[in-house]
Amino acid sequence: MARFVVRRIGSAILVMFATSVLTFLIFQAIPSGDPAFRLAGKYSTPAQVESIRREWGFDKPIYVQYVKTMEKIFDGSVISYTQQLNVDQTVIHDLPATLSVTIGGAVIWLLVSVLFGVLSAIRAGRYLDRVLTVLAFIGLSMPAFFLGDIALYYLGYKAKIFPLGDYVPLTQNPGAWFSHLLLPWMTLAVLYIGIYSRILRSSLLDTLGEDYVRTARAKGISERRVLIRHALRNSMIPLISLWGLDFASLLGGGTILIEEVFNINGVGKYVGDSIGRLDVPPILVITVFAAFAVVALSAIVDILYAALDPRIRLSS
Amino acid sequence: MTGSAPPPDVDPGAAPPTLLEVSGLSVSFRTEQGVVHAVEDASFTVGRGEVVAVVGESGSGKSVTGLTLMGLTQSPNATIAGSAKLSGRELIGASQATLREVRGAEIAMIFQDPMSSLNPVVRVGEQIVEQIRAHEEIAHDAALARAVELMERVGIPRARDRSRAFPHEFSGGMRQRVMIAMALSCSPRLLIADEPTTALDVTIQAQIMEELGLLRRETGAGILLVTHDLGVVADIADRIIVMYAGQIVEQGSLDDLFYDPQHPYTWGLLGSITRVDRVRSARLPAIPGQPPSLLNAPAGCHFRPRCPHAFDACTQPPALEARLPGSPAHRDRCFLEPSVKRRIRTVDGAIGLATGETVIS
Repeated sequence: MARFVVRRIGSAILVMFATSVLTFLIFQAIPSGDPAFRLAGKYSTPAQVESIRREWGFDKPIYVQYVKTMEKIFDGSVISYTQQLNVDQTVIHDLPATLSVTIGGAVIWLLVSVLFGVLSAIRAGRYLDRVLTVLAFIGLSMPAFFLGDIALYYLGYKAKIFPLGDYVPLTQNPGAWFSHLLLPWMTLAVLYIGIYSRILRSSLLDTLGEDYVRTARAKGISERRVLIRHALRNSMIPLISLWGLDFASLLGGGTILIEEVFNINGVGKYVGDSIGRLDVPPILVITVFAAFAVVALSAIVDILYAALDPRIRLSS
Repeated sequence: MTGSAPPPDVDPGAAPPTLLEVSGLSVSFRTEQGVVHAVEDASFTVGRGEVVAVVGESGSGKSVTGLTLMGLTQSPNATIAGSAKLSGRELIGASQATLREVRGAEIAMIFQDPMSSLNPVVRVGEQIVEQIRAHEEIAHDAALARAVELMERVGIPRARDRSRAFPHEFSGGMRQRVMIAMALSCSPRLLIADEPTTALDVTIQAQIMEELGLLRRETGAGILLVTHDLGVVADIADRIIVMYAGQIVEQGSLDDLFYDPQHPYTWGLLGSITRVDRVRSARLPAIPGQPPSLLNAPAGCHFRPRCPHAFDACTQPPALEARLPGSPAHRDRCFLEPSVKRRIRTVDGAIGLATGETVIS
């Protein structure tokens, strides 16, 4: 198990390096003006622009620029073109909001999908399964900017059950934090519940046909135990790996629509605004951060996965 | 569980007390293509300490018979009729609660494929513990100690360490031993072994069969051995039931079936065993044709389309009855006269199904 973990972390570092190089090159290719000039800001002297050019290595070959940019990302001295604010600090400042949206949403969608998926599978082909199937497809076809706006209008503005967007930090007021996030969570979860409950349904139906499930029934244990201990545990494996990846991509700016709709100042909204202004440093930092999140979470998922399925520990 | 001492070496002459009594068992499944009659009107008994083999080709209904006794074929599309009593307790139509009590504790089952019959993500010791604790109020550690003991008893070396291993860390033969240990864990009165050696190589097959024989002698459990391999049953079975297309076509003692078989299908099965005591012929005799679809079995005798000895009467369904004077326990479904049967079943000096169309060379 220890060797497995070490090997997995090694390959994660490799993947992150490759992603950062690729992202850097993509933004080199996008025409966005002279970076030194944009970094220096509107009211700079030519001397200031020149000193930034030297400091960042914009007059040097591209690999030097890459190394210098990465250094600046990791020592936290990158500033954005338009606001001239420290990017790393902005991301760190915005992260709790995004984490709150993502974690809450991910927990809700995982729990509800497991419930719906199991109900669908054990009632496969019957009335309940059909209702849940239709609901899943409705959920799947509800983009956040549509469902979120509808929910805000009817449940927030008209019915006044929920606040109209904004984010309140957990440390400031836990009650307000919760009530402000409830609607974004549910909006986010609806989309994924559709996908996840369908995946679990088919995975569980496959597992229920396995010989070892028949063996479990032949032991005389309760049907509930057969379902949970023998069938569900094996069916959860594909769901967990998917969950890790979705969770990570949401953290790395995937909440862009949700944050925009509910006016939450998180990483998603930051990257969305930066894209609108072609503000390269934040986009670069958040892309690298997103890659980091995906790689780190998929490594965590793989380790979890191995804990769930002993056979994976042996094969590389 | 039974408490009383098991019978000593079973004497094939004396009928042991009845443990399982199946009468008129029929199982059919509704499918998109139509109704599949998997088992039709099966009646047989298994006595204490008796090994009864159910033999037939794939799709003859033998596995479904075993699974139905455990209530494992229940589904909205299954129709199950008839009766199966375990020591007087009715199993067909029993409640889930009753079936749960019976499963594992009174009837245990060993499945065909040990590679897929154990949960891959649970340690084998825990899988045995789970069954013990499903039926007895016993602490986890005590149950685990018993699981280790059982694993030792079925010949798994270093059982204490191995109980912490996962199924994929075992060979096929060892996994089947784990399955047997699990089946033994609550001292069942009846063991249903569904092709227990089919997925194993020949030397392991012999060991597993030996294990089953030992088990029968030690515990007095009755064994219903489902197999397609007549060679496997010759060493261990007391009685044999031959199934074809969902029906029992012949049943009797081991000697009845091997030395005086009455049904042409049984002859075909016997004729297609490879034997070391026979001059090797160029071809291994096979029964011509394919088993019928159970959606639409032939009218009358189901074996008629493949039987070289079929005649007019065979379009009527033959009853399963004793047709030999003096052997009431030897029953079959064939209209031919016993004297005619004895004459025509000899092919090349051994029992077989006379036909020019032998397939496998």
